[in-house]
Amino acid sequence: MLAEQTHLRRRVRTSLAGFGAAGLFSLRVMALSPRVLIRPRLVIEQVYSLGSRSATLVGFAGLFVGLVLALQLYGVLGRFGATSSLGPVVSVAVLRELGPVIAALLYAGRAGTALASEIGLMRTTEQLSAMEMMAIDPVNRVVAPRFVGGVIAVPVLTLIFDFLAILGAWAVAVKMMGMDAGVFWGQMHTTVSFRDDFINGIIKSAVFGLAVNLIAVYEGFTSLSTADGVARATTRTVVISSLAVLIFDFMLTAFMFRGI
Amino acid sequence: MGPSGTGKTTLLRLITGQLCPSSGEVRVDGLPVQALRTRELYALRMRMGMLFQEGALLTDLNVFENVAFPVREHTDLSESMVRNLVLMTLQAVGLRGAAERMPAELSGGMARRVALARAIVMGPEFIFYDEPFTGLDPISLGAVVRLIRRLNHTLNLTTVIVSHDVGVVEEVADCTYLISDGQVVARGTPEELRRNRSEWVRQFMDGLTEGPVPFHLPGTDYARALIEERE
Repeated sequence: MLAEQTHLRRRVRTSLAGFGAAGLFSLRVMALSPRVLIRPRLVIEQVYSLGSRSATLVGFAGLFVGLVLALQLYGVLGRFGATSSLGPVVSVAVLRELGPVIAALLYAGRAGTALASEIGLMRTTEQLSAMEMMAIDPVNRVVAPRFVGGVIAVPVLTLIFDFLAILGAWAVAVKMMGMDAGVFWGQMHTTVSFRDDFINGIIKSAVFGLAVNLIAVYEGFTSLSTADGVARATTRTVVISSLAVLIFDFMLTAFMFRGI
Repeated sequence: MGPSGTGKTTLLRLITGQLCPSSGEVRVDGLPVQALRTRELYALRMRMGMLFQEGALLTDLNVFENVAFPVREHTDLSESMVRNLVLMTLQAVGLRGAAERMPAELSGGMARRVALARAIVMGPEFIFYDEPFTGLDPISLGAVVRLIRRLNHTLNLTTVIVSHDVGVVEEVADCTYLISDGQVVARGTPEELRRNRSEWVRQFMDGLTEGPVPFHLPGTDYARALIEERE
C-alpha cells in the first residue's frame, strides 16, 4: 500500500515536472519566434517543407470530403424539400468544423511527425549538441523557424481544404444532381457569415497550428537519442496533437459558436 | 585515455559545459564553466572548437555550408569573404574538392575532416576531440592524425583528445591522463606511461585481458546460472 502510494506520488511528480518543462519550452519557443522573422529565408524554407508538401494531401482530402458531404446531404435534405440549403449547410460545416479539424489532423500526421523525427534525429546524430558547441542556440536556429513555418502553414492548408471541399460540393450538386448554380451560390452567400463562419474557422486553425507544432517540436527536441526514442517521439506527436486538436475544437466551438 | 564506458566523453562534456557535475567544479581558463550564464557560456564556447565522434555535420547542408555555418551565424562578413575563408579552411583539411558534396556522400574519415574544418574555421583557442580515430581505415587515420598534429603546431591550440587508441595518442599527445571509473589513475608523457609499472597502466597500455579491469563483468555463479536455466 505504502509502495503503491510512493509510486503514485512519484508518477504525479514526474507528470507535473513534464508539464512544467513543456510549458517552459513552449514559452521559450514563442518568445524566440518573432526574432526569426528577421531571417525570413529560414521561415520560408519551413513553410515550403511543412506546408507545400502537405498541400496535395490536404487538397485531395478537402475535395473528397466536399463530394461525399454533398452526396449525403442532397438525399437527406431532399426528404424535407430543402435541397436549396445544400450550399449553406456544406459551407458552414466545412468552414466551421471540417476544414480546420481535418486539415490540422492531416497536418499532424504528415508534417508534425516529419518535424518531430527530423529534430529527434538531429538530437540523435549530435547535430544539436554541435550547434550548442558552436555557441548557436538550437531552439533559436532549428526549433523556432520550424514552429513559425508550421504555424503559418496550417491556416493556409485549411483555406485550401475549405476551397476544394466547397468546390467538390458544387460539382456534385450542380454538375451531377443538376441543382441550379445560382441557388447553390446565392443561398451560401446570404447565409454564411464571413466573420462568424470563415474568420472563426481560420482562428480555430491558427490555434490548432500552434498546438500541433508546439507538440511536434517539443517531442522531437526532448526525444531520447536512440532509434526507439525517435519512434516514440513521432508516435506521441500524432497521438497527443490529434487529441489536442479535438479538445481545443470543443473548447473553441463552445466559446465561439454558442448561440450562433 | 581509458577503457570504454569509463567516463571520457562525460569528462569532455563537463569541460565544455554540456553537462553539470553533481559535485565539484570545472574551470576552463579560470572560468567556472557550470556557474556561467548562457550568454557567458556561449562566449566561452566561441573560443572552443569540438569534433564529435561521428562528425555531427548538419545533414541538410552541403560541406561548404557546414563549414560556413558558424561564420554566417556569428559574423556579418561579406559573401566573398565567407567563401574565401571556407575554401581556405577546406584546403587545409584537403577537402576543397568536396565542397559541393552532401554529408551522406562522405566517408567517415572525410566527414571528420569536414567537422574539423568547421571546428577551426572561427579560430578557436581550445579544441576538443571526442574519439576522433574510432572506425577509420589506415589512410583516413593517418590523414586525421597528421592534420591534428599540424593544426596543433600551426595554430598553437590547446588540444584535448579523448581516445582509447594507445598507439595514435602516443604519436600526438604531449601529456596523457589515464582514467578509470571516474578517477585519474596515471598521468605523464607517453614515454613516462610506457615506463609506468602500475598493473592498471600495463593492462591498458599493453591491451591485456587479465588485470585490474576484469574481462567478465561480475555476475551470479556461472555453473549455477546454467543449472537454473535447465531446471
